[in-house]
Amino acid sequence: MIEFDRVTKRYADGSPAVADVSFTVPSHKTVVLVGSSGSGKTTLLRMVNRMVDPTSGRVLIDDVDVTTMDPVRLRRSIGYVLQSGGLLPHRTVVENIAIVPRLNGATRPDARERALTMLDTVGLDRDLASRFPAQLSGGQQQRVGVARALASDPNILLMDEPFGAVDPIVRRSLQHELRELQRTLGKTILFVTHDIDEALALADEIIIVAAHGVIAQRGTPTEILTRPANAFVAEFVGVDRPERRLRLADAAGVEVVTDASGRPIGTLER
Amino acid sequence: MELLLQAFSWLLTPESWTQQGGALQRLFEHLGVTIGVVALSAGIALPLGVMIGHTRRWTTAVALLAGAARAIPTLGLLTLLGLALGIGLGAPVLALLVLAAPPLLAGAYAGVQAVDRAAVDGARSVGMSEAQIIRSVELPLALPVIVGGIRSATLQVVATATLAAYTSDTGLGRYIFSGLKSRDYPELIAGSLLVIALALLLDGSFALLMKRHASAPRSDLKTTTTSPGRNPS
Ligand SMILES: Nc1ncnc2c1ncn2[C@@H]1O[C@H](COP(=O)(O)OP(=O)(O)OP(=O)(O)O)[C@@H](O)[C@H]1O
Ligand SMILES: [Mg+2]
Repeated sequence: MIEFDRVTKRYADGSPAVADVSFTVPSHKTVVLVGSSGSGKTTLLRMVNRMVDPTSGRVLIDDVDVTTMDPVRLRRSIGYVLQSGGLLPHRTVVENIAIVPRLNGATRPDARERALTMLDTVGLDRDLASRFPAQLSGGQQQRVGVARALASDPNILLMDEPFGAVDPIVRRSLQHELRELQRTLGKTILFVTHDIDEALALADEIIIVAAHGVIAQRGTPTEILTRPANAFVAEFVGVDRPERRLRLADAAGVEVVTDASGRPIGTLER
Repeated sequence: MELLLQAFSWLLTPESWTQQGGALQRLFEHLGVTIGVVALSAGIALPLGVMIGHTRRWTTAVALLAGAARAIPTLGLLTLLGLALGIGLGAPVLALLVLAAPPLLAGAYAGVQAVDRAAVDGARSVGMSEAQIIRSVELPLALPVIVGGIRSATLQVVATATLAAYTSDTGLGRYIFSGLKSRDYPELIAGSLLVIALALLLDGSFALLMKRHASAPRSDLKTTTTSPGRNPS
């Protein structure tokens, strides 16, 4: 369990990036932070692995304050997908992924084998293993970032817009993969995205973040969609968008689900 | 023209090279002083520069200091040191150390500082220690700039090491000082030519080294230290 206890972060220039925020990420659950740009999502995420230390308040992992832990050891035990990728430009794809197992003491061949397996997991061709990051597309780089985060099989995963540059089809398959991973291996995942649809697809619990990390609403995807707490959330979730207002129509004996403008979305199974 | 021909004929005379205190011995002395001074100065300036680039502390102070050190006239410093330390290699070596330090320091801190922050951030966030970040991320990525600093320090020192002969009988500068005094211009010119040749040789070696490095398989990445895949946000 990850617990944010009245956390505030003030960067050097004064106004707080995150002000007095409290929430928990239950063990083996996926919590998704959704919010507009600059609302402090990355800041919150980075407090878990001590890439950022709070100005006040505490972050606890299984009831232990992270500031009492050695940051290097802590980071090695947590998988983190950076918003900016953060791959090493002078190391190949397979070397980049093998870094974490190597840091955790795996032998070179073992780490390499593990890295190649992770390439399969994130749906990248093993032919890419010996390329350098600059020789990959943005989406491929992001998947390498995901593979690196998963490589040492951490219990906690921090994912900062990990699929932002991936095309919709691959994104859906990665989301599916992540759900499977979470279901079978019981990872505790804190996930950041701008994309409310991604949040609805992945989250056990969604936290809608307004400016300065203020929590506008937290709830299950169903709760967020059906009972938005305020206008901000309703706007963010787009509850009034035509594709959220589904209707049932009858097409020659088959029940068809359409959006508000009558465009077909799928069929209904009872 | 006459003098130049005489200088060449001096250079082509075997005895000029082989005799006790001849050109060969002086060439090696000159090279030895250059390499020794650059190595010694690098031993101090490079670690310092790398630490400053890594921590990003005191960068302005050090830039100012390095700039000020660059402005110190080496001959003036040598004269002062020579008066203090007397005859011998001590004074010129110290003066040359001061000459070599600024480019070395600047190469090291500028090179490390220019390493893509996203890569360093990524390395730190997967759990590399600060020492590991320096060793396996910042140094390899900063290497071309650091080597550039060593190159320019070496060239300045090899040219200025002629001053070693000011207070000691060491290196190719001897030909220049004694040639001036005894009006033996062919020898003076021959000595200068040797210094120039040595400088060109060293510069060429560095150029070759850097080209080798740049055309190694990883080359295309040395220059692209842009952050990968930053998604619009
Ligand atoms: N290192 C830093 N120094 C100073 N200010 C910072 C720093 N990092 C973030 N901030 C500021 O803190 C606020 C929150 O930033 P943060 O990166 O957490 O937002 P975010 O929700 O992740 O945004 P995005 O969706 O654009 O990634 C912003 O106003 C940002 O400018
Ligand atoms: Mg962010």
